[in-house]
Amino acid sequence: MTNHWVDLRNSDCLLIMGSNAAENHPISMRWIMQAKENGAKVISVDPRYTRTSAISDYYAALRSGTDIAFLGGMINYILEKNKYFKEYVENYTNASYIVGDKYDFNDGLFSGYNKEARKYDASNWAFRRDDKGVPEKDPTYQNPRCVLQLLKNHYSRYTPEKVSEITGTPVEDLLNVYEMYSSSGTRDRAGSVLYALGWTHHTTGTQIIRTSAIVQLLLGNIGIAGGGINALRGQPNVQGSTDGCLLFNIIPGYLKVPRSSQQTLEVYLKENTPKTAEPQSANWYQNTPKYMVSLLKTWFGDKAIKENDFGYAWVPKADDGKTYSWLDMCDVMYSGKINGMFIWSQNPAGSHPNTNKVVKALTNLEWLVHANIFNNETASFWHGPGLDPKKIKTEVFLLPAACSVEREGSLSNSGRLAQWRFKAAEPPGKATPDGDMVYRLVRKLKELYKKEGGKCPEPILNLQWDYGDDKGKFDPHKAAMETNGYFLKDVTLKDPTGKDVNFKKGDLVPTFGFLQADGSTSCGNWLYCASYTNAGNMMARRGKEDPTGLGLFPNWAWCWPVNRRIIYNRASCDPSGQPWNPKRAILKWEGGKWVGDVPDGPWPPMSDKEKGKLPFIMKPDGVAFLYGPGMVDGPFPEHYEPYENPLGMNPMSGQVSNPAFKIFKSDMDKVASGDPNFPFVCSTNGLAEHWCSGAFTRWQPWLLEAQPELFVEISPQLAGEISVKNGDQVKVASIRGEVECVAMVTPRIRPFKIAGKTIHQVAMPYAFGWLIPKSDKNYSTNLLTPAVGDANTMCPEYKGFMVNVKKV
Amino acid sequence: MDVSRREFLIISGVLGAGAALSSLGLDLGPVKAYADQLKIDKMKTAKHTTTICAYCSVGCGMIASTDTKSGKIINIEGDPDHPINGGALCAKGASLFQTTAANPNRLTKVLYRAPYSDKWQEKSWDWAIGEIAKRVKATRDAGFMEKNDKGQVVNRVETIAHLGSSNIDNEEVAVLNSMVRALGLVYIDHQARV
Repeated sequence: MTNHWVDLRNSDCLLIMGSNAAENHPISMRWIMQAKENGAKVISVDPRYTRTSAISDYYAALRSGTDIAFLGGMINYILEKNKYFKEYVENYTNASYIVGDKYDFNDGLFSGYNKEARKYDASNWAFRRDDKGVPEKDPTYQNPRCVLQLLKNHYSRYTPEKVSEITGTPVEDLLNVYEMYSSSGTRDRAGSVLYALGWTHHTTGTQIIRTSAIVQLLLGNIGIAGGGINALRGQPNVQGSTDGCLLFNIIPGYLKVPRSSQQTLEVYLKENTPKTAEPQSANWYQNTPKYMVSLLKTWFGDKAIKENDFGYAWVPKADDGKTYSWLDMCDVMYSGKINGMFIWSQNPAGSHPNTNKVVKALTNLEWLVHANIFNNETASFWHGPGLDPKKIKTEVFLLPAACSVEREGSLSNSGRLAQWRFKAAEPPGKATPDGDMVYRLVRKLKELYKKEGGKCPEPILNLQWDYGDDKGKFDPHKAAMETNGYFLKDVTLKDPTGKDVNFKKGDLVPTFGFLQADGSTSCGNWLYCASYTNAGNMMARRGKEDPTGLGLFPNWAWCWPVNRRIIYNRASCDPSGQPWNPKRAILKWEGGKWVGDVPDGPWPPMSDKEKGKLPFIMKPDGVAFLYGPGMVDGPFPEHYEPYENPLGMNPMSGQVSNPAFKIFKSDMDKVASGDPNFPFVCSTNGLAEHWCSGAFTRWQPWLLEAQPELFVEISPQLAGEISVKNGDQVKVASIRGEVECVAMVTPRIRPFKIAGKTIHQVAMPYAFGWLIPKSDKNYSTNLLTPAVGDANTMCPEYKGFMVNVKKV
Repeated sequence: MDVSRREFLIISGVLGAGAALSSLGLDLGPVKAYADQLKIDKMKTAKHTTTICAYCSVGCGMIASTDTKSGKIINIEGDPDHPINGGALCAKGASLFQTTAANPNRLTKVLYRAPYSDKWQEKSWDWAIGEIAKRVKATRDAGFMEKNDKGQVVNRVETIAHLGSSNIDNEEVAVLNSMVRALGLVYIDHQARV
């Protein structure tokens, strides 16, 4: 979230799309309902009429996988009707930038496409820059190559009629939603976008979110109270574990993973430290060397010295341009080339796409280590339905973990709020926190490598591992302090006002502004620097003060970065530092300083041409991107059909699906588009009573009783066509697998008119399996889903694949 | 039975409403068993601990009550002082108690499934850590790739994969990340991508 949960109440209009917040984030409704009481309008856009739709002021249906078309139509509406926030767009976005001559777009493809590699050469999409490297601009927007003109041109194709033909949304509904939501494009109104897995689970997922970013920027809704793009995330610490980057492509603090071509730290830093010639850009990532060297100091301690590149050579290098995501690793496992695997509290045999392939891949492992609080379908895959344990070699170590109230530590919510939780009881039996397991395992590995030697032992032997308490257990406070970072020697540094400040060796670093690139500081994650300081554990604070009256609660726990509650908040003010909307001022330049939320940087407002900085500090040129040349699949979002789609064609262009996602080609990766054997669109969804694949919640009688078994929602019209009654047992099949479940015939879901044809959609939760309740049949909906992912993120396409439904 | 509203909530939470309802004349024997072990004579002996919900990412505050005599958690409810949820919880959050030791389905021992076996065996932690470390080392040493096919030094291991976790604390994420990078792993992913 750019904003935070309580801030939803400050909104005038909430567009909830790709999210069923009432079902999956029920407590968010506390603030959404308060916004409604204050007069806000709530819009729900969803293939189903959900619990969120039920409390909305306006509901519009769309077919799964057509969100870019829906929102592209909104961009067209905003530009055509001149509804955009002109001062905001002019000052804070790249609307006036001139795009270079190589950019082009033709029939669904951008310039620079290589069909064999399914990749674009994004250098074709660069801005035109002058001799000094400053982007050329046309503030009058007369130049046909300026971003605003290209944007208008691109989305002029997204007429309400064309959009309706793709999404199945009646034109009247489209226009009503566009009108309601674009009313937030004035200085005194705020519009908030709320999304969840309904947007990320597509081969175009990242570009759907980009489309919403374009809408929000045009309407001046980023950085303001009651605005923003708010990802409602679904796991307790998915935000923190993303910030901590337990991911193949990034290392802590969203630093890029070192690639094979970056053989030295110097090359790595050169390629990953953006430069700008824009005089008023802060270009925050110019600090990358400080963050990277401080991270290497946390990892390798005294062994990381300037002479050895701070241990950079010991960090594994991923091949350039290669992805190592779950979809990739599952495919490699399936081909038998991965021997061992760790899985921590995740249930891929229930929650990952194409479950038959997942299970087959697991049988190819020599060993699997799994830690969890309950057993699940992944740890027990070897005796699942249809498998003979006597034929499966995989050794499984199932480690009993402490549950959330049996351990101590912090977790970060969607609003980037890191909150400390305390331990209420000892875990039962021999269960122990995951941190303790890791702590012990690394100590054992160090012992083995010291005794026996082995391949490249340095990173293991030199890994700084002072994380134990006096009883030899993992101490989360030590890890939290390492994450915050230390001064490693006595230093005198300048504070932002230019005054000298002295720090002693062993002091905790007060904020990331003091991190150094010379090895004199450590920091496990620069974004969390300031979370645990000499003043104490900021994440454990419980202050209820609310000085702005806007629900920022600055003394409650701690928020990254530097306790800033709304990011890009200087965009809530005009260039002279005065809030666009004085009634909801989160920030104001007053008496030579910023008052309110922690500002994005200490600089004065940008009307100060010498010291002032642009608000979008994480972008090299300081402005937000309407035109985004950094994406792998095009600088403007474009509608493509899901990989598996009902028509086998795209009503918008000759390019059916996103041209840049990776296609897996194993014998188990079948697809069926426009195939009469699989005529219905299917989408998966969550349930209030279950969590993800149900691996925790199915073990709890209170919850299982409320939602005991798998079902498929089908419309009365479809039920009539296939002669199914409410409550009948049906079989849902895709080309990859099939699953039995109960039919729920409900008017919450209805047929769509797509390109002149009637297309039915069905919907299924994915919270069931076979281990509990115990069954000889597998009730995992993911037996049906395709293992294909978004072009930018590799997030699987669980929303929008093709099935058939038949009575059993 | 003279109890305040808060104590009533605590008791009814502990017992799945069992004891409170049985005091009203209903027989809910099975849920009483857990309570009997706790020997709650005075609820004032409960220690309160603040925690955060273990499900979605709203980050609702909760208060866990632990019986100071038995050390067992006897109730979990919404934290009324928390600025986000103000004491409210959803169905899952309100059931968090059933993830604690009160749930007999919890894993409480290290389990091991040998190759081609059809059952779990109970093992000790020392054995498990030792055996896992041996396998990690053997697989890593056998599959370690010092250079890629372009001759670039890559110091990586493609034969061990790593998945998870959005369900552990930031501090645990930090040490886990240190471990996987030190081992040289590159197949690293977690729930953020599903």
